[in-house]
Amino acid sequence: MSPQTTPIADTAQDLELSERILAPDGSRMPNARLDAFVADVDAAQLRALHRDMVVLRRIDAEGVALQRQGQLGLWAPCQGQEAAQIGTARALDPQDYVFPSYRETGVIYARGAQPGDYVRMWRGEEGAAYDPAALRVAPLQIIIGAQTLHAVGYALGIRHENAPEVAVTYFGDGATSQGDVNEAMIFAASYQAPVVFVCQNNHWAISEPVTVQSQYPIAGRAPGFGIPSLRVDGNDVLACLAAMRWALEHARSGKGPAYIEAVTYRMGPHTTADDPTRYRDDAEWESWRDRDPIARLEAHLRASGDLTDEHVAETQAAADAVAKEMRAACLGMVTRPPLAVFDGVYAEPHTGLERQRDEYAAYLASFESEA
Amino acid sequence: MTQLTLGKALGAGLRQAMRDDEKVVLLGEDIGKLGGVFRITDGLLDEFGAARVIDTPLAESGIVGTAVGLAFRGYRPVVEIQFDGFVYPAFDQIVSQVAKLHYRTQGRVKMPVTIRIPWAGGIGAAEHHSESPEAYFAHTAGLRVIAVSNPEDAYRSLRQAIASDDPVVFFEPKRLYHHKGEVDLDAPLADAPPMGLARVVRPGTDATVLTYGAMVGTALQAAEAAEDEGIALEVVDLRSLSPVDYDSVAASVRKTGRVVVAHEASREAGLAAEVIASVTERCFEYLESAPLRVTGHDVPYPPAKLEKYHLPDLDRILDAVDRVLDRPHSLTGADA
Ligand SMILES: Cc1ncc(C[n+]2csc(CCOP(=O)(O)OP(=O)(O)O)c2C)c(N)n1
Repeated sequence: MSPQTTPIADTAQDLELSERILAPDGSRMPNARLDAFVADVDAAQLRALHRDMVVLRRIDAEGVALQRQGQLGLWAPCQGQEAAQIGTARALDPQDYVFPSYRETGVIYARGAQPGDYVRMWRGEEGAAYDPAALRVAPLQIIIGAQTLHAVGYALGIRHENAPEVAVTYFGDGATSQGDVNEAMIFAASYQAPVVFVCQNNHWAISEPVTVQSQYPIAGRAPGFGIPSLRVDGNDVLACLAAMRWALEHARSGKGPAYIEAVTYRMGPHTTADDPTRYRDDAEWESWRDRDPIARLEAHLRASGDLTDEHVAETQAAADAVAKEMRAACLGMVTRPPLAVFDGVYAEPHTGLERQRDEYAAYLASFESEA
Repeated sequence: MTQLTLGKALGAGLRQAMRDDEKVVLLGEDIGKLGGVFRITDGLLDEFGAARVIDTPLAESGIVGTAVGLAFRGYRPVVEIQFDGFVYPAFDQIVSQVAKLHYRTQGRVKMPVTIRIPWAGGIGAAEHHSESPEAYFAHTAGLRVIAVSNPEDAYRSLRQAIASDDPVVFFEPKRLYHHKGEVDLDAPLADAPPMGLARVVRPGTDATVLTYGAMVGTALQAAEAAEDEGIALEVVDLRSLSPVDYDSVAASVRKTGRVVVAHEASREAGLAAEVIASVTERCFEYLESAPLRVTGHDVPYPPAKLEKYHLPDLDRILDAVDRVLDRPHSLTGADA
């Protein structure tokens, strides 16, 4: 065998190398590997996916607006990544458990997040935005890559119990450089853990282009760890759904971990504190705008007559309603009193902290007695 | 003299260090085109090129480990950790490698690595963006630890840190990045006081407040308020957390006889404990009362809406001042 030259992970090549079911113009392409996984998806289901994506985009826009209005400290937009998040998350079973990064607004939406859940953490009210047990989603993770190891550990538990569940972890292209992510893959493969890795390659880790993290398509690494992988067009919600169904089936049936790289694009800034004009050129952004995941599914549904203007109007109204609830939940949040800083540090009594809390309580009370 | 923000002063310090010594190279996430998330490295890529301003993959252990290799090769790497809370993936490289190599090789290998860390709270940031990890590093032999509190210091001590043959963990209070002050850009480095020296920022006679970083400003506010009540507080900026300049500290304590140490980091096994123990060892007979700590609580850094209850403010400092002065104070019964 002669040595092969490795493909470079550049923006243009990325797409041609990925699996696809819907072309950017919405037309359906045959896909030998994936078609079987979405053979059951009918027009109603497609409309539901469309609606999910529209609602998610609206939630995301509301998050940005709330931040701009000073209601949130920060927001991490996911515009452009709707198909990758909705397509993969909608493939999950309710009992599966997700370990996300901070950008997975669409994933927590698909898991049933409540209006306040989107903003509680970003507003700085609480460290975790929601009840993990209720959503079966771990708290949004800020330390890049840490959650991938947690998912593998969770999956080991599933394996010990022979449960039919799968652990799923989401992370970005930048995260693949972290030791934790590589260690997670080794552990997952060593123990054949039922875990699915979902890398949303949105091309940028803040200002670092994906080429700084990877000279080879990211999905190509997983086989080196002994993990089968698929590289899908992350702006094609059907391909994302199909790939995730493949991965989940693989993991659920005892074959061990699976890996998906969803090739997509972050249309907005990294967070509301970021300024992408410093590092990203307009042409690149525009070329991705033409691959908008929502427009793509909409074109597909329109062509087959499965989406009417009324549908679209209804969906938009539903999205507006969700955004309104989210805003109301955000503005209605009441900051906890000062002594809440001590809440929940330990599960059992801790005399040192109790003393400190009492001291601080006495200190605060001294202001009242003065008044 | 030039008016600069602390952030710009740091950028100027980096630029000057890179001009002075071509072995100085920068490594970090987003430090190139973006200029760093705080824009401290703004413009340096244009001036010095990608070989000296290295935009790295997103891997802190990788960044610091690579800096170790560069130092082996005779470079003076300056590493930017994006935020305090992200230094932990690199912790092993810093404490096991950077700190120890000089010792292990009996001085044959030098580790002139500067590790810059945007640091501490008060900006309403998200989780992991407001931590005070200084005690971990001060506890590690082989590292020097610096915390700056104003633009002039930032400019000078960053250059000193880079010029030092020892590794320096360099804490930059992000709460002060936009604070302005006078900076003498042309003062020769050789004439500057060594970076390890503490500084009396405000002289006083009744009690000494020892602090560092953004808390220096809070302590100065407290001192002004105390003055209204006829109390003259001496405020000392430690500037170096390892080593602490105990000669200067002791001189102040001998003068005032009363000590309050204030920092944002939580209390347990924190720097204040170390400083008070050392002060007690050195100046026991001068002390008129037991030294006190004013610190963050022993809780993980709280969510943004609660941080105002966590960070020491001027009232908490004044309360401690009252207690070391045996004046009526609010913490009833807390002296047990
Ligand atoms: C350990 C660590 N280092 C640095 C950061 C700061 N940071 C937050 S997000 C980010 C970029 C992440 O890029 P990627 O993994 O591609 O995910 P994306 O944000 O694009 O979804 C960085 C550097 C962090 N949160 N954690």
